[in-house]
Amino acid sequence: MATRVLDQPHAHAAAHGEKTGLWSWITTVDHKRIGVLYGATAFIFFLMGGIEALLLRIQLGSPENTFLSPDLYNQLFTMHGTTMIFLAVMPLSAMFFNYLIPLQIGARDVAFPRLNAFSYWVFLLGGLFLNASFLFGAAPDQGWFGYANLTSKQYSPGLNVDFWMLGLQILGIASLAAAVNFFVTIVNMRAPGMTLMRMPMFVWMSLITQVLLLLAFPVITVALILLMYDRFFGSAFFVPSGGGDPLLWQHLFWIFGHPEVYILILPAFGIVSEVLPVFSRKPLFGYAAMVFSGVFIAFLGFGVWSHHMFSTGMGPLADTFFALTTMLIAIPTGVKIFNWIGTMWGGSLQYRTPMLFAIGFIAMFIIGGLSGVMHSSPPADLQQTDTYFVVAHFHYVLFGGSIFGLTAGAYYWWPKMFGRMLNERLGQLHFWLMLIGFNLTFFPMHFVGLHGMPRRVYTYPEGLGFDLMNQIETAGSFVLALAFLVFLVNIFQTWRKPRNAPADPWNGATLEWAIPSPPPEFNFAEIPTVHGRDALWEQKRQRGGPLPEPARVSGAGIHMPNPSYWPLVTAVGILAFFVTLMMLAKIGIWAVIASFALLLLGVYKWAYEPAG
Amino acid sequence: MLLRIVGRCSSRWTTALCLLALVLAGCGSEQYPQTTLLPRGDFAKIADDLLDTTVRWALLVFVLVEGVLLYAIFRFRGRPGDPEPHQTHGNTTVEIIWTVVPALILAAIAVPTVRAIFQTNAVPGKEALTIEVVGHQWWWEFRYPEYNLTTANEMHVPMGRMVSLRMGSNDVIHSFWVPQFAAKRDVFANRETRMWFTAQVEGDYPGQCAEFCGIQHGRMAHRIKAQKPEEFQAWVAHMQTLGAKPAATAAAPAGNAKYTEGEKLFTAKGCIACHSMVAVNSPKGMVGPNLANVGARSYLAAGTLKNTDENLARWIRDPQGIKKGVLMPNLGVTEAEAQALVAYLRRK
Repeated sequence: MATRVLDQPHAHAAAHGEKTGLWSWITTVDHKRIGVLYGATAFIFFLMGGIEALLLRIQLGSPENTFLSPDLYNQLFTMHGTTMIFLAVMPLSAMFFNYLIPLQIGARDVAFPRLNAFSYWVFLLGGLFLNASFLFGAAPDQGWFGYANLTSKQYSPGLNVDFWMLGLQILGIASLAAAVNFFVTIVNMRAPGMTLMRMPMFVWMSLITQVLLLLAFPVITVALILLMYDRFFGSAFFVPSGGGDPLLWQHLFWIFGHPEVYILILPAFGIVSEVLPVFSRKPLFGYAAMVFSGVFIAFLGFGVWSHHMFSTGMGPLADTFFALTTMLIAIPTGVKIFNWIGTMWGGSLQYRTPMLFAIGFIAMFIIGGLSGVMHSSPPADLQQTDTYFVVAHFHYVLFGGSIFGLTAGAYYWWPKMFGRMLNERLGQLHFWLMLIGFNLTFFPMHFVGLHGMPRRVYTYPEGLGFDLMNQIETAGSFVLALAFLVFLVNIFQTWRKPRNAPADPWNGATLEWAIPSPPPEFNFAEIPTVHGRDALWEQKRQRGGPLPEPARVSGAGIHMPNPSYWPLVTAVGILAFFVTLMMLAKIGIWAVIASFALLLLGVYKWAYEPAG
Repeated sequence: MLLRIVGRCSSRWTTALCLLALVLAGCGSEQYPQTTLLPRGDFAKIADDLLDTTVRWALLVFVLVEGVLLYAIFRFRGRPGDPEPHQTHGNTTVEIIWTVVPALILAAIAVPTVRAIFQTNAVPGKEALTIEVVGHQWWWEFRYPEYNLTTANEMHVPMGRMVSLRMGSNDVIHSFWVPQFAAKRDVFANRETRMWFTAQVEGDYPGQCAEFCGIQHGRMAHRIKAQKPEEFQAWVAHMQTLGAKPAATAAAPAGNAKYTEGEKLFTAKGCIACHSMVAVNSPKGMVGPNLANVGARSYLAAGTLKNTDENLARWIRDPQGIKKGVLMPNLGVTEAEAQALVAYLRRK
């Protein structure tokens, strides 16, 4: 019956003690440690992206400001976008994939643990590579979307675009490897009885996200290779004077770029769908509708890319097609919002910090969704596109949506990951500061955009009426910064306290709450058997009350993969390959060949390493 | 005052939006010369009407859904010792309702949208005034084939006559934006894009490039001067005097030493390599803006500086200090030389 074993200490004691020390982190293949590494690294990048945003806001705080030079402003807005998307929100989602997917499906690790370590190292090195550009005074300055033909050698002769193009290529490798890994893990490694339609909603949204990654990233990879040929080897795919077409870049970029938006938001959908039922003490409303609306959103996500390009003048038929598909996406998105409210309806709502952030997510995401419908209409969008109205829209989706959702997840799973409960009062303060700061910063952008302020301008003249609203926005951005300062204080205080979290502090519905906090390396002493949705609630119901605190057992005899440093060697080989390629003219072809050899050595040693 | 401002907003729903905006900063043409919310041309009116339609539905949905959410937040707050709530898993009827109702709302937005898409993509007839727009890093070239005229950064249009824009780029992608009369359309080096509008209100309005185009994207502004037809014709007639042998030379005070000195410097300092002082039959796609009527323009360097003698001299001496990265180099012009060039450029 169910997972009886969970409350019976494992008989044999030995092995699987907690390993410590730097080397144990460098060679780790444990999905939980890799999850923590992803989270810590991404959070530091998130803070960097936030500081970049504050500098932008200071510059825009008054008209004709000279706080930042135009070239530095362009570098900072490019790096802000690139950092938040590729180095903050995506890897923060990857933290939750890593930590939670095996726990929620009742597995001991991911399908390919060393590939998982490889993904992390490539992500870390790619992020460092992108930011190293600041040291050369050559941070990317062409926008996160890198529109051709501004990115051609003629108009961007410096290293700036090279850093961006190769940095994104490196990060793409990490994302693709991780997507293969999680896809296989979810499809193959679910505990007995966990059918697809019994999976927790976070696992469902993760699965859909992996499919999007697998289909979208190859497109940007190809586009970046074409751009690399244009810049390094003199081809002209995107160069009009050579017969190329800059519009081709826009199509390739947005065929990747729009699914990317769902890659950024679907994990947050999943997190919120876990948090709301637990703190409403009621199952998720309309589970099947939630699954299929997610699938539908992902499918339609590949058919709307040109709504980013209405102003290019594609003609009435293309405009009509992409307007209608874009409007269609609002239907499954609306279904999700209604189902979340349906989950709360009739419940017994517990306003702990994760729940506040989850509700904040719903409230803010509604606004982002509605402004999205407003510019799905091409003639209206011709006024709105490339103005601050769009900046307001996607921050309501990606900050009001993704960041609120991810923060809800951080407070919710913190006790599971670190064995400590975050301070509730500081958490509530964090929430209110973030809600107020967020709206002060981004709500006026709707108006300043409709009143004619374009995006990506390093300054604006007096007399256009933009001054006051920009001042409010700048003030709001500092309230937001304060909110995250409170979060940092909370993390720091919690860190210094002894471990105090029980296995199941929130009366959780899913399997991760059945095992100790933090979980042992092998997760489950015995793989559980699942008999329904909300597997842990099911167990508690059968038992007629809460489960006893699970004992920590040794896990001797449980086979776990050996640590390995070859994934790191391979990742270093990839970085070296791209760096030497960028400096080809200076250091010659042999350096490129040598670093490629290092890459091959890593792969070879990895492949023939004893499995342990 | 408030009512007067609101009364000038074009329709009920823009009014609602303006009222919201008033809370923040007020709403009037004086405060927001670049606003999209007070359309003064037919194309912009189509966009604004669609905005009204979507805002109407969006506000309705916003109030309803956020209202229900707020109600749920207060109505269903848990208290210690509450029994476990009823464990519902879903309700097919309400799920069908909240799928179908949004679909109907979207249909109500889609129908006028599709109509407007075809309206805005219509090709203007032969009676329209064609203006060629060429985007440059970081200024705009305007050409009037009907009159063989070229000018830069300040577009003159006659009220009441449709203007047909045929647009391209000399380098990277830019986006030409006329918020008061039309909307925006990107320009490319390898394809022609089009937009049209009819100015219905007289005035001198700002606009600016809307597609990121390099270091000085923030300083690529233009002006649209909508004039009464007779004033526009007078402007055309004046421009046509600025030909290869400008009448202005004759008009210049005879024996003005400064003017003659400036004319020489225009060649000697190399200005002539990128700029033309000829408005009639001037070649297309020169590196720098046409300067034939620079003396009459409101701004210098694509909206960077107000057009005064002092600013013009400053600009000639130190363009890189004023607009970093601009394609015009610092040419080592002295103050006295700059004064002479100003005299020549102003034709005085």
